Amino acid sequence: MSEEQVENQMNEEKIISAEIVVSKVLRIGVLVSGFVILLGLILYLAAGDSGYPADTYPTTLIGILQGTGSLKPAAVILFGLFLLILTPVLRVGITILVFVKAKDYLYVGITSLVFIILIISLLLGKAG
Amino acid sequence: MMVIEIFGIAILAGIVGSVLGLGGGIVVTPALTMLFGVDIKFAIGASIISVIATSSGSAIAYIRDRITNLRVGMFLEVATTVGAITGAFIGGLMAPSVLYIIFGVLLMYSAYVMVRKTKQELPQEVPLHPAATRLNLQGEYYDKALQKSVSYNVDRVYSGFGVMYGAGVISGLLGIGSGSFKVMAMDVFMKLPLKVSSATSNFMMGVTGAASAGVYLFRGEINPFYAAPVALGVLIGATVGARIMQRMKSRTIRKIFIPVMAYVAIQMILQGLGIKLL
Repeated sequence: MSEEQVENQMNEEKIISAEIVVSKVLRIGVLVSGFVILLGLILYLAAGDSGYPADTYPTTLIGILQGTGSLKPAAVILFGLFLLILTPVLRVGITILVFVKAKDYLYVGITSLVFIILIISLLLGKAG
Repeated sequence: MMVIEIFGIAILAGIVGSVLGLGGGIVVTPALTMLFGVDIKFAIGASIISVIATSSGSAIAYIRDRITNLRVGMFLEVATTVGAITGAFIGGLMAPSVLYIIFGVLLMYSAYVMVRKTKQELPQEVPLHPAATRLNLQGEYYDKALQKSVSYNVDRVYSGFGVMYGAGVISGLLGIGSGSFKVMAMDVFMKLPLKVSSATSNFMMGVTGAASAGVYLFRGEINPFYAAPVALGVLIGATVGARIMQRMKSRTIRKIFIPVMAYVAIQMILQGLGIKLL
């Protein structure tokens, strides 16, 4: 093997170990969000009350966080759902680090571009 | 107990979605509207949650077991996300009916190509496209059904990228993940192994879905009491599905995939022609 091939091989191995990190972080994110959603659902079923007037629930981040602080079931569920929605964003963020570690700068660029577009579309959606 | 019934259906949706790379919305939306009489607005909100839950739930296993091709996923994600933004903008400017028909026909054609591929387990003699070499897209995974390591090449990178852009435009217009287009681009155009296409499609769908899910959440279209059992059920189903899929033969997965694809294609063509189903 040439020197370049050896280096590529090493970088590929770094990608493999970094992918395991992505998988583990993702598992933690999924477990935490799943637990929060489950907690909210149990609170709701136990109390038989969402903590808000019929058919309403908070729709702002601040409202969701405040409701979660006072353990209102609907808000706790929405907070868990919000964490779940963040897991793919987290995944793209960590993938950038995977490629940085493997010194694959082409994909650091591509993944960062996806990350930026994702953030822009989130912001656009909020404005629209 | 409606919560428990929704939870049960969500487990099924998670399994189907993670095996086929489709996200589970295809099960959740009709089930909620038809079986439980849920308002279509909340059913769509719950289905976008199911897409993300399928994606994240299955990605844990698919990435760990190296079925997902991260490079292909990220490269194509550029096309999808730019397409989705385009779609969101042109949504108000043009009638989407032409796009529906074009992509419906394209899906039909792909279903036909897939029928011809039902006899082969893995893609044979795929050339490595020059752009794929530059982008280092080729890969390798361990197939648990075949009990061997499978190396694969990637063909027709530009066509795949173009189809993904179109898929992004459609999902921007429809507000859904359109997983069948992702699998189509990777399987039919880029000739990746079906399991890699499905896992990578699942990976990408969550990323595309996250942007729209945030919008739905703050618009109040995600009802927590429908979405909670959907999210929990789908997470469990997708975790199980990601294990089942790896032990299934690709030919079997393809046989389940074809009728689903034909169904989506017919639905899109009819919608383009102005005929509304359900």
